[in-house]
Amino acid sequence: MKRFSGDISLVLGGAAGMGVQTVEALLVQVLKREGYNIFASKEYMSRIRGGSNSTEIRVTDKKRSAFVKRIDFLFAMDKDVIPHLKERISKETILLGEREKVCDTAGECHVIDVPFTRFANELGNPLYTSTVAVGVALGILQADEGVFADYLREHFARKGEEVVKKNIEAAQKGYAFGKHIAYNEGIEVNLAKNKSVEEEILLDGNDAVGLGALAARCNYISSYPMSPGTGILTFLAEHKKEFGIVVDQAEDEIAAINHSIGAWYAGARALVTTSGGGFDLMVEGISLAGIIETPIVVHIGQRPGPATGLPTRTEQADLNLVLYAGHGEFPRAIFAPGTHEEAFFDMQQAFFIADKYQTPVFVLMDQYLLDSVRSFPKENLQMMNKKNAIVETKADYKRYAITASGISPRGIPGYSEGLVGVDSDEHDEDAHITESAEVRIAMHEKRLRKMEGIRDEALPPTPIGDVARADTLIVSWGSNRGVVEEALEIVKRDNLAGLHFHQVYPLPKKAEKLLVKKKVIALENNAGGQFANLLKLEYGVKITDTILKYDGDPFSVEEIVEKIKNLRV
Amino acid sequence: MIDKKLYDMPKGTDMAWCPGCGNFPILNIVKMALSELDIKPQDAVICSGIGQAAKTPHYLRVNYFNGLHGRALPPAIAIKNVSPQLTVIAESGDGDTYGEGGNHFIHTIRRNPDITNIVHDNMIYGLTKGQASPTSEKGLKNPLQPEGVIVDQFNPLAVALALDATFVARAFTGDILQTKEIIKAAILHKGYALVDVFQPCVVFNKQNTYQWFKDKGYYVDETHDKGDKMKALELAFDLNRLALGIIYQREGKPTYETLVREGTEPLHTRSFDKGALEKLIGTYK
Repeated sequence: MKRFSGDISLVLGGAAGMGVQTVEALLVQVLKREGYNIFASKEYMSRIRGGSNSTEIRVTDKKRSAFVKRIDFLFAMDKDVIPHLKERISKETILLGEREKVCDTAGECHVIDVPFTRFANELGNPLYTSTVAVGVALGILQADEGVFADYLREHFARKGEEVVKKNIEAAQKGYAFGKHIAYNEGIEVNLAKNKSVEEEILLDGNDAVGLGALAARCNYISSYPMSPGTGILTFLAEHKKEFGIVVDQAEDEIAAINHSIGAWYAGARALVTTSGGGFDLMVEGISLAGIIETPIVVHIGQRPGPATGLPTRTEQADLNLVLYAGHGEFPRAIFAPGTHEEAFFDMQQAFFIADKYQTPVFVLMDQYLLDSVRSFPKENLQMMNKKNAIVETKADYKRYAITASGISPRGIPGYSEGLVGVDSDEHDEDAHITESAEVRIAMHEKRLRKMEGIRDEALPPTPIGDVARADTLIVSWGSNRGVVEEALEIVKRDNLAGLHFHQVYPLPKKAEKLLVKKKVIALENNAGGQFANLLKLEYGVKITDTILKYDGDPFSVEEIVEKIKNLRV
Repeated sequence: MIDKKLYDMPKGTDMAWCPGCGNFPILNIVKMALSELDIKPQDAVICSGIGQAAKTPHYLRVNYFNGLHGRALPPAIAIKNVSPQLTVIAESGDGDTYGEGGNHFIHTIRRNPDITNIVHDNMIYGLTKGQASPTSEKGLKNPLQPEGVIVDQFNPLAVALALDATFVARAFTGDILQTKEIIKAAILHKGYALVDVFQPCVVFNKQNTYQWFKDKGYYVDETHDKGDKMKALELAFDLNRLALGIIYQREGKPTYETLVREGTEPLHTRSFDKGALEKLIGTYK
């Protein structure tokens, strides 16, 4: 008897274009509707067709949001899957696939033959393979068949009765076969269903950060596509009509940033999205926004570099890039959401801080989080309801009036009496070029003073476990919150806790005391310990050790448990 | 007509241009054009890049966005999209527009926003002290090519025509009235309007002088069919005699701001539909 209880990892593998994504989308939807907690993440190659990609769907009694290396069930849709994932396949892994497709590469592994294609062909179209596969998975899990049928009815309604009928048949065939496998192989799966999960929303990081942009009242985006930053651009393009968003596909990233800064100048709330390489091209524009004191929000989907690097994989190595981007000195803020909820909230906070302090603000997302799917209650999405910070102007309006906070009220052209000029040269209060040292000092200090307000409003880190009691803290940022939470729970040591930062610059003054007299272990997806260095710089703390990963994959729970156990603390 | 004095900066405003610079007449012409077209300073925005020409918005009273080298056009398109009621002029030099900003020049023309692009073309780099610009003539001796420019010059009119620009003109700062009429027509034109204005650099360009241009330039007359693109291309390619005036104009091509957005209200006046967002979030169930 092979028993699985409370936590399974189901992996779908296949070439790009084979429908793995369709299976994933169907399966997570149906499982969520049945009341299962799910968390899905994927890894894929930078190609349109072929290669070997996989998606991991975790079904768990407790809510989880982390990747595990372990595979309990592997659906191998072609011959490359088993070799591609061999490091993750163990004796306990149950392999399913079409024997004739995978037998050459399966080696020692025992593969349960599932004739996906034959079933689909019996129904008259290989397109039904995906529905068959979902049926098989649900059959093995002993899930409720009826929910799947309802979902298919809804999902394919537009395509007509025949398509609905065939899909339901495909689902039934798969489901029956799945149950048959479970019986034959002695597989027993026990997973808790929760009524409240049925009512939850299910979305990936791209949607979360995109909805956040809508909540932030973003009404303009000019960008150039680059993975994994393109998701939010596509999202806003899809919803531009309902939310009145202007979407401009720029000729290059230099145009995108200058265009978006121009949009803010005229009164829009603009976003640019890109990845590290595209952002390299935007850097002069960041400096421009710094001196002309025009807000700009930059979303960066991080992937491993340098240069083209690993285009579809994950990394956190662009922190230094955005921290120091742009020549000269000017204020900035950097957010790095750790959950879908934080992605939604931080995007709004980014717009709020950019608008209020008239300076560049960054939202750093990791490819891993952008492509991860999770369900949670709708109420977790927190809306800020902030209004535009622009002001009406009088005839004697001075764009760069010197103020105590450093913030000069921001007018826009054509709105009221005053004229609004902005200038990339050093300028006086009227925005005209100056080379006066006295004016330069006053203007430079005015701009830099804004940093005090930005720091006062910095978002606090999230404690993981009992931070006060612990003598050692695992400090993480960005997408690593879920994996640290789960690993610490498994290790269960009183002297260990975690601290997760979703605003990584500036760091809030108040949080400094949390790190006093503690051993600090920095955990991040890069080789240089970029956040560890920033912690030293901002708080003056000593970093005892680092846990770093830079192979393009996310940390797995097992990997962190292992590393934590090996720590000499 | 609005009093032209409304556009004047206070007396004693420090100006960074050299005595005799061709930028002075262009500044005066732009003020005249705005005043004759009844465009209030509050309703005009001038975008510029970097260079001597790009300092123009500091010398008249309008809204302005003096941004980065080569990047006058992207913010100009954005401003027109956000607030279509504004008159948007992008004004920079030949190096800024055709060199550093070449890619934006190409793709702005493709978009056809309703903006006016005035290029102060002195066929030389002034502010960086006399190097060749994209429009410098082959053979022009300069500090970086002491034996003379070795590559062909950029032909802005021909490029604009090839990209289906809807208004293509060449002007000369030596002729105030003609240039003013060309710029007025460019501002009134619905769509992207290129006015390449020859503007002698009295310090660094000793080859392409006022006299050189007077000898080479001639105005197209009333018989010139502005809608004839092949004829316009022929004129654009002729570098021995330089045709002045509106070389090509076509009305009716949709402008970018009408294609990329709905309505014409400034974006900041749009209200936020929280209900729609809640509804959208609900669809993720």
